[in-house]
Amino acid sequence: MTIKTALAATALASCLLAAPALAQSVNLYTTREPALLNPVIEAFTKDTGIKVNAVFLKDGLQQRVQAEGANSPADVMLVVDVGEIQAIADAGITQPVKSALVDKTVPAALRGAGDNWISLTQRARIVVVSKDRVKQDAISYDELADPKWKGKFCIRAGQHPYNNAFFAAYLARNGAEKTETFLKAIKANTARKPGGGDRDVARDILSGQCDIAIINTYYIGLMSKATNEQKGWYDAIRPLKTTFAGGGTHVNVSAAALAKNAPNKDNGVKLIEYMLGEKAQHLYADGNFEYPVNADVKEAAAVKLLGALTPDTTPLSDIAKNRKAASELVDKVGFDN
Amino acid sequence: MSLNASATHVERPPATRWRPSTRLLYVATAAACLVALPVLSLAFTALSGEALTVWPHLAANVLPVALWNTALLLAGVALFCGAVGTGAAWLVTQYEFPGRRSLEWLLVLPLALPTYITAYVYVEILGFQGPFQSALRALTGWRSLRDYWFPDPRNLPGAVLILGLVLYPYVYLSVRALFAMQSAALIESARTLGTRRWPLFWRIGLPMARPALAAGLTLALLETLNDIGASEYLGVRSLTISVYTTWINRGSLAGATQIACVMLLVVVGLMVAEARTRGARRFSLPVKRPRPVGRIQLSGTRAWTASIVCFLPALFGAVLPLMYLLGEFWRRDLIAQADATLWRALANTVAISALSAALIVAIGLAIAAALRLGRERALPMLARIASLGYALPGTVLALGLLVPLAAFDNLVADASRALFGASPGLLLLGSGAALVIAYLVRFLTIAVNGVESGYARISPRIDDAARSLGANRHELLHRLHWPLMRPAIAAAALLVFVDCMKELPATLLLRPLNFDTLATLVYGHAARGVFEDGALAALLIVAIGIYPALRLARAGERQPASREN
Repeated sequence: MTIKTALAATALASCLLAAPALAQSVNLYTTREPALLNPVIEAFTKDTGIKVNAVFLKDGLQQRVQAEGANSPADVMLVVDVGEIQAIADAGITQPVKSALVDKTVPAALRGAGDNWISLTQRARIVVVSKDRVKQDAISYDELADPKWKGKFCIRAGQHPYNNAFFAAYLARNGAEKTETFLKAIKANTARKPGGGDRDVARDILSGQCDIAIINTYYIGLMSKATNEQKGWYDAIRPLKTTFAGGGTHVNVSAAALAKNAPNKDNGVKLIEYMLGEKAQHLYADGNFEYPVNADVKEAAAVKLLGALTPDTTPLSDIAKNRKAASELVDKVGFDN
Repeated sequence: MSLNASATHVERPPATRWRPSTRLLYVATAAACLVALPVLSLAFTALSGEALTVWPHLAANVLPVALWNTALLLAGVALFCGAVGTGAAWLVTQYEFPGRRSLEWLLVLPLALPTYITAYVYVEILGFQGPFQSALRALTGWRSLRDYWFPDPRNLPGAVLILGLVLYPYVYLSVRALFAMQSAALIESARTLGTRRWPLFWRIGLPMARPALAAGLTLALLETLNDIGASEYLGVRSLTISVYTTWINRGSLAGATQIACVMLLVVVGLMVAEARTRGARRFSLPVKRPRPVGRIQLSGTRAWTASIVCFLPALFGAVLPLMYLLGEFWRRDLIAQADATLWRALANTVAISALSAALIVAIGLAIAAALRLGRERALPMLARIASLGYALPGTVLALGLLVPLAAFDNLVADASRALFGASPGLLLLGSGAALVIAYLVRFLTIAVNGVESGYARISPRIDDAARSLGANRHELLHRLHWPLMRPAIAAAALLVFVDCMKELPATLLLRPLNFDTLATLVYGHAARGVFEDGALAALLIVAIGIYPALRLARAGERQPASREN
């Protein structure tokens, strides 16, 4: 009896919950957090009349679209890591974004092969130091290995995707042997076990636990805007101009791809185009202190705060390719132990 | 039944076991098939992929550390949960002391907090700007961590304490139910024979509690083993973290599922072994309805010590984190977040958790009833398979379900397009149905456990008596078992409800478009490094969890009202 009732209730709920197919809509699968994306989505709907149905996923976006196959409702997939978007493209679940506007706006280096993915924003991974205890304005990533930082360096887990991409870039530039030495050296410099989040390193600088740390640029921007104790973390740190020796700054991207079986393909392209426009780039890039990919966007918040960006020239696809090897090296040197 | 580690073993099988109604057998079989589905799908992925390429690297660089860390984590959590859960259960069932009634439900409350939230909260509370360090600096004039040392929760001992604080209620609930219901005669005899307090606990209470302790610990340890949020944040390199790293950073889903499958095999092996060693012992059961032991009134220092000892786990597991969340809610003026999105998430959470809990307990009841009444040899095996879902990490389970559910959806969509020219879209993944199925697969074992512990309190001889008086199976279930077991069934439903409400990884991966639960809202904030912004949604989860906690505590409280049959 109970079972029947419950089954009937399930069936009923399924009918009620089933997403209605609207005439003008676009379906977005995203690993970018809703709070950062919502302003852009709302502006898009307001300006175009196209409704955005979104689902925020974490791990497994690719597997879900793959499994859903021909009947997948996904139109646009949006992720925040170059390795992830490359894996999605490699899985064959995307189609080229054919748009003159996209071609004009986004430099080829920030697009995937065959326009199978398009970068929307960039962020850098840079070094911050204690305002009081460290006197220097620029640094190379290699200098992190200097023994003078012994017991003073803080970093989140080496297997976290942010560090994984950074180490992959280092590996692409320097080869396995040098990367292993580098990893061992910076591990030897750590003040505490690698862990926590990116913001935690700023707090650990405030507390005196460490003097130097590595962090994504947008966290610096968000802390500068904070009204709570995180403002104190921001006040304790100083971002350094950080580059590879004789190169640029390590950059990662948030990127979008058009799903192979997109039921609302045109609207999907419209959404991607919209996100590259000046208005959305201001909302999207500035809301999260990221660097816009649209060169027409002046006075981006991140640039105002941290200065213009000189990206490392290592192709993003090389970074994506080296992730596996970088992850294995991190295990090999026991970075997170 | 080994996986369920049923609360009590029955002295002997009832004299007569009916062939169960085929309906019960069908339900048990269907449930077992449903749970086997993701496991088989994972095994298939594991075998289909790039053979065994991940293992040389794992064996050389990962497994030694990960195994050691995982073992320490599990041992630590087992010790903590075992000691705190059993100790608190013993005190509240054996003694009367100030605040006991409130503590009985406060002790359940930590369960309503997702582990990763408690982890974030403790890193804040114990952090440099947290109240403790701030007060210390104000008192001493020290300025930075270079002047003093303070415990940092971001390590293995921190993870043990934090996971233990959230998970000990599993042990507490199951052991308390046993102490409250089963031990009266033995304990009172021991007391009259002059057994002193400690020997009473060590020599009678604890050995008797072993099945319940095993059942509670099984749940707590599987949660620990499968935890990812708190472990990653606190920097513990557990095996489950290796599963993720292999999948996400090294792009090897096959390798990741291979590790997960090996872990599952080990877990099943351990649980079967535990059940075997326990299987030989018998716990006799009176035909009379068991009655609770009379509580001994404590006084003076003893009474207050008992109060404090019971209050500490509740304080650190629930009260302190809640106060922190309330403080953030206040400081950040999060009331502005109380918008349509939040209310919809609230409605979604309650609706889908309640629906799932009802369904899961109904099926759990069918399985437990089939086990009690049936004599098919396949039944224990079916029950064992049906409880496998809890032994897998949430995301891995969701990945395993994804493939068969999507295949079913595509089949229906294509067939419908061929037949009617229109497609309903993805039937299960496009509705909330996939979530209900995921919850069912994951939490069925909790329901079966709960109902079985209810059955364990009804002597099989009562069944025999009813049968000899001419009752048929239907009457037995409706007139005897159901009324006697209602509290146990309600308790199981509430526990499943709370677990569904907190569930995150499967919910994230399998929910339809535009569908959020409170847990996914909290995680949306946590994922961008400002979990405090999710304080309101987190508070709502706990607020909804308070009612089940109250009821769970009272389930043990009211029942005894000496109604002897």
